[in-house]
Amino acid sequence: MATALESSATLLDQLTDGQTTSLRLTQDCLDRIAAHDTAIGAFLHVDSEPALAAAAAIDRRREAGEPLGLLAGLPVAVKDVLATRGQPTTCASRMLQGWVPPYDAHVVERLRRADAVLIGKTNMDEFAMGSTTENSAFGPTRTPWRLDCAAGGSSGGSAAAVAAGMAPLAVGSDTGGSIRQPASFCGVVGLKPTYGRVSRYGLVAFASSLDQVGPFSGDVRGAALLLEVLADHDPRDATCADEPVPAYRDQLERPLDALRVGICRDHFTEGLDKDVDEAVEAAIDVYRRLGAEIHDIQLPHARFAVACYYLVAPSEASSNLARYDGVHYGARSDDYDGLVDMYCRSRGEAFGAEVKRRIMLGTYALSAGYYDAFYLKAQKVRRLIQQDYQQAFTSVDVIASPVAPTPAIPLGSLVSDPLQMYLADTYTISANLAGLPGLSLPAGFSDDGRPIGLQLLAPPFQESRLLQAAAMHERETQWHLRRPPLAEDSS
Amino acid sequence: MTAPCSPATTIIGLEVHVQLLTETKIFCGCLNRFNPEEPNVQTCPVCLGLPGALPVMNRRALELAIRAGLALSGTIAGTTKWDRKQYYYPDLPKAYQISQFDLPFCDGGWMDVDDADDGDETQASRIRLIRVHLEEDAGKNLHDETQRGRDSRIDLNRAGTPLLEIVSEPDLRSAAQSRRYLEEMRLLMVYLGVSDCNMQEGSLRCDANINLELVNDDGVAIRTPIVEIKNLNSFRGVEAALEYEIGRQRQEFAECGGVYADSEKQTRGWDADRGVTFAQRGKEDAADYRYFPDPDLVPVQIAAEWIEELRTGLCELPAARRQRLVDDLKLSRYDASVIIDQGRDLADYFEAVAQRCGDPKWAANWVTQDVLRELNDRGQAIGDFAIDADGLAAILARIASGDLTTRSAREVFTALLDDDPEGEQVTVEARIDEIISDRGLATIADSGALEPLIDAVIERNPQAAADFRGGKQAAIGKLIGEVMREAKGADPQSVRAALIERLSS
Repeated sequence: MATALESSATLLDQLTDGQTTSLRLTQDCLDRIAAHDTAIGAFLHVDSEPALAAAAAIDRRREAGEPLGLLAGLPVAVKDVLATRGQPTTCASRMLQGWVPPYDAHVVERLRRADAVLIGKTNMDEFAMGSTTENSAFGPTRTPWRLDCAAGGSSGGSAAAVAAGMAPLAVGSDTGGSIRQPASFCGVVGLKPTYGRVSRYGLVAFASSLDQVGPFSGDVRGAALLLEVLADHDPRDATCADEPVPAYRDQLERPLDALRVGICRDHFTEGLDKDVDEAVEAAIDVYRRLGAEIHDIQLPHARFAVACYYLVAPSEASSNLARYDGVHYGARSDDYDGLVDMYCRSRGEAFGAEVKRRIMLGTYALSAGYYDAFYLKAQKVRRLIQQDYQQAFTSVDVIASPVAPTPAIPLGSLVSDPLQMYLADTYTISANLAGLPGLSLPAGFSDDGRPIGLQLLAPPFQESRLLQAAAMHERETQWHLRRPPLAEDSS
Repeated sequence: MTAPCSPATTIIGLEVHVQLLTETKIFCGCLNRFNPEEPNVQTCPVCLGLPGALPVMNRRALELAIRAGLALSGTIAGTTKWDRKQYYYPDLPKAYQISQFDLPFCDGGWMDVDDADDGDETQASRIRLIRVHLEEDAGKNLHDETQRGRDSRIDLNRAGTPLLEIVSEPDLRSAAQSRRYLEEMRLLMVYLGVSDCNMQEGSLRCDANINLELVNDDGVAIRTPIVEIKNLNSFRGVEAALEYEIGRQRQEFAECGGVYADSEKQTRGWDADRGVTFAQRGKEDAADYRYFPDPDLVPVQIAAEWIEELRTGLCELPAARRQRLVDDLKLSRYDASVIIDQGRDLADYFEAVAQRCGDPKWAANWVTQDVLRELNDRGQAIGDFAIDADGLAAILARIASGDLTTRSAREVFTALLDDDPEGEQVTVEARIDEIISDRGLATIADSGALEPLIDAVIERNPQAAADFRGGKQAAIGKLIGEVMREAKGADPQSVRAALIERLSS
């Protein structure tokens, strides 16, 4: 029987030739969620009945010979940071607990129109702030490979759901690595598109100039398929680009001739886990064997990326999260004395520690007298980082690097050390600062069986190149076919 | 303590807020309409500030703003951008207002304001502007006025209305001049069609910054601390609040001798009922708005060609038109102002009448007196007035040709006004002819036609005739009156002449 552990291409074939139905597939996902999600914690809301009804309706249309959308009945899990009409959208925060949006995010509309079955909302770090999903107000997400380790974050729920076969595809968002890093921790493919490639309308903002929505999948083809659905020009997002969307899947099988892979030696220094180092070197060897040229590149300002990011992102966050004041929607303290006290108590009670930390950092950085030294300076550094990449991409086609310095880390190991947690974002955040597309694909395992990802970056709007390069590696390796032991148990 | 001696200089700058007349709001597709009866119906995720919603600039709002900026002689920026002004208030659902901080769409500019409103010797003062920028309006908090501690309510229909902020240099020198500045600003914005500037509905609002330069007992010039008076929403309010504040600052100066414990800018409110300003907040909680560029909106490039197209498309502005009525049509400055200040429709009406009847001065007399009086009495706008420009021009043409006396013309005017608008439709010329003939208003110019009437009146009033002949000049008044009553179209001068001639023969 087909299960969501199969690739999306296989499942689409089976749906088309009648070997399975969307209803059976959806039920299988719901069964896996029921069996394993207490342990994993991937979902904040499972939309069982509406999902089954939607699946049945798609099956009927298929039987009647009606044309179906690209996703044609595939279950898709959606990170709880995207507005879904009629389904709760909490951002894993007590602040939005119980809030049901009256509208769909643009990408959610796109999913519905593509005949996806929206199976539920996935766990995340509160308001997407974090790298382990431990900052969720509703409990952490564990990587299905090792239940004592974090699924990564902030899109940990979406990554874990795909890894555990709870959904063949999932949508996440990436502000500083929040798609790529959990993809690495969970052994799946995750893609952060170019800033402006996918509409942010309905994506609850963390840091508006860095946030981008992207796909999770067990394999590269699934990521290409889901990106075709998500990517679009949306006039409701002023930062969304009016660029044609290529048929990403059509290019996948075609290897890139004379591919030039850039390596930044600074990425392979102290702090990088030995297993990760070896896995990434091995992946680079795969490209070498396929005839690619490997070039050293310089990213002289990369060492400022973490500092720059932790000024820009909290500054924007402090502004974006100001609206949660207990007045119009969301949590309001039960006990307050006057308006200002209501603001203070509502926010004090309903936001978690990391969110408060970032709001305070950002508020400070934007304050009169500090703006020039912090926010403005960070924006200048950001431009220098962008220029580094522009320069690098004159001599290489993609840049390869680790995704994170380590495989999935034990739960609780960095919770009390936010600075170390921030520093672990070092490989991923530059892509957000520069607006570049980045992808994480399975590239091996640590000695103790935790997955390790390889990151590829490409110039703006070169998602096709990124996917082609990833597919070249995927064809040569079997990493993406491994399944976590827990998921295999139930099938 | 002696009162501070003059001379004192009053220093006033105004921040004027003008809601723009767009169909939809500035960053979403919601209707932009004053609608207090149905709160929160003109809203969507964007103007409600719901999580995930994003703003998109309404280009029409920028177009109206640029037209206003050009009419104020400002410099339109080639690139402008949006910034977030951050503060907490329940009527501001995002907890920031999208506004413009360091790159407003319009820099500088000025407006000329007449110094006094009578006579032809009027001088104008040039009030310079610092900048004009565009922003979104907030919603409205509705507090329980009964003081019974009921919940406050919030109406977000207004949230996201495009709002122009026009900031003047501190060039205004009196409360009265400030009022005239605001009136001229309103006239200009309405002329341009960018706003209806309805102060009752809040589409024109004003904050005033004011301080005084006074000389203390030692002869040293000292400036009083600047006071910002918030939310002035009537012309009278602006003038009265500033007058009050001038007095208050003088008195405070007298009391402290120009030595202030706190010289920081202060914010005061205006209590229109009590006629006083009152302290709102001092420097302790001076807001830090933490402005930064809104990452949800992209910088706006304003093409030079577009600016030129909008500049070319501007109508003749009120100040220029006022001057033209003086220079070309030879109206008094006073008449020109009365006509122009009534707005574009009345000025158009006047010019049509002036052109068709060929006598601008006559047209001005009739428009500023008869027409305006009737409009005021009837509470009408010129567009609803029963006598259109052709009608009034036809009446005036008959006075000029001698076919009607002024007095008869007024009767025709009144009769036309009283016509049933649903009645028989004839041309205004024909209708005027009808009234003249129905009421016998045709001018009786030749004395031949008057003679039998005069004879009859003298015969009926032998005593008055005898008195006049006996040297009592005043007695002729009664006779003239009777003749005039009988001969409606007669010219009183001719009647007097004919009577004197007849009585003297």
